Amino acid sequence: MANEEIKEYISSIQPTATFDETGEWLNILTEPSSWKSFAKELRHSKFDFDYLFCLTCIDWKTHLTMVYHLSSTTYRNTIVVKANLDRASPEIETVSDIWRTAEFHEREVFELFGVVFINHPDLRKLILTDDFEGYPLRKDFEDPINMIKL
Amino acid sequence: MYSQTEIIKDTSDTEGELVINVGPQHPATHGVLHLVITLDGETIKKIEPHLGYIHRSIEKMCESLSYRQFIYVTSRMDYLSSHINNLGCAHNVEKSMQIEVPQRAKVIRVLMSELTRIASHELWLGAMAMDLGAFTPFFYAFREREMITEIMEDTCGARLTMNYIVPGGLMYDLHPDFQQKVKAFVKQFKHKVTEYEDLVTNNVIFQNRMKGVGVLSKEDAISYGCTGPVGRGSGVHCDIRKIFPYEVYDTVEFDEVLETAGDSFARYMVRVREMNQSIRIIEQLIDNIPEGDFQAKTKAVLKPPKGEFYTRVETARGEFGVYIVSEGGTTPYRIKFRSPGFSNLSALEHMAKGSKIGDLMATMGTLDLVIPDIDR
Repeated sequence: MANEEIKEYISSIQPTATFDETGEWLNILTEPSSWKSFAKELRHSKFDFDYLFCLTCIDWKTHLTMVYHLSSTTYRNTIVVKANLDRASPEIETVSDIWRTAEFHEREVFELFGVVFINHPDLRKLILTDDFEGYPLRKDFEDPINMIKL
Repeated sequence: MYSQTEIIKDTSDTEGELVINVGPQHPATHGVLHLVITLDGETIKKIEPHLGYIHRSIEKMCESLSYRQFIYVTSRMDYLSSHINNLGCAHNVEKSMQIEVPQRAKVIRVLMSELTRIASHELWLGAMAMDLGAFTPFFYAFREREMITEIMEDTCGARLTMNYIVPGGLMYDLHPDFQQKVKAFVKQFKHKVTEYEDLVTNNVIFQNRMKGVGVLSKEDAISYGCTGPVGRGSGVHCDIRKIFPYEVYDTVEFDEVLETAGDSFARYMVRVREMNQSIRIIEQLIDNIPEGDFQAKTKAVLKPPKGEFYTRVETARGEFGVYIVSEGGTTPYRIKFRSPGFSNLSALEHMAKGSKIGDLMATMGTLDLVIPDIDR
């Protein structure tokens, strides 16, 4: 199925979403507040986006961007959904009940970027120690001992 | 390191439950994986993986390394598939810079990837059999694996972290003995693979310990993002070599191995049958390595254009994705490695819940976890 059809469908369920087709896949920018209901629609739509193969975050110094790579194991369509978050208090709804792989990936983003996932079943640090301070993958993170800079 | 007392305090009021730690140093975790398991008698009620004992923050490191340098770090993630990790990263740079790789390099890359896959599955076979109490398969598997590591040593100069595949092609040309040694290996492997069948596959004790243990349904495998032999053992069509062919995979004949049972034995069978498919690919290519350059001409400093690039390859453990956000500079702005082991591990609790603690070793063994790949 072509991108046009997906775009048409998404515009009908999420009128505020904006599109960007400069990359390899269709990029969709959505509001963080409506992401959860949008995700549910995508999962149960006729395009059947059942496979979340990459979940990560980017620090743009002014704001954080959540990036969700979604694909369908039946139709092989791929879309990228993005949501911009406020850097001071980043919050977004969890999708771990829709795609269960998100549970671990969200915990990783939580400790490395400081994004809080609302309604996450077990939001604790996964990789770092409990007393670790700061968010290592943010651009302003400085570690006086272990930092590698060339 | 972790506040263990808190976890124990949480469960102390529930009668009959026992919290035990498996790892960080445990023979069956093959690395420093720490599982906190809540037991009711012998039945597993909860598994909490604690990661990070060898977390090196490779993603952060890569942000300050150039596009030629960061390839070397990726060999240290999934050290049993280092060729394929290098390939995934080289692909990403080639895609963003639109570098055309010479045909010779493409064929050698596939040959190296398949040799790596066999070596990785051999190590898994030996280690998993040892987890379940058999010692002999370990020596049998390592006998064949040693031949591959010697081939790697000849050409790449290293046995484990090869750093042979670089953006634009290969680091050096093949060793003159490469073809002859690979042919000797193929002959030996085909002769000896029946020994594995006799020792492990057809062994009733092994079958009873693996069949029906750690079942993962197809829907759950997709939801947990399980790929590679774990996904294919549950019937998910997820071989990147077939779905999105790269290099010369679309010109060689091989089958995607699929099992439908979803238990430990299905995952075992996928890996054993996959080794035979890899041999099939090697046989088709080993006499057909084209002459020519092994490297495309590239600039000394690589500067991919502004944008986002995602590439994926099939490692011995599953789908390995490289996501690079470039700002047009000499180093990546953000890099994310989608490692297969991380997603496969997240399904462990679901698979082992309700089963006996003794069966956990069979489930974990067939997940084929490599800890540096999970921690990154």
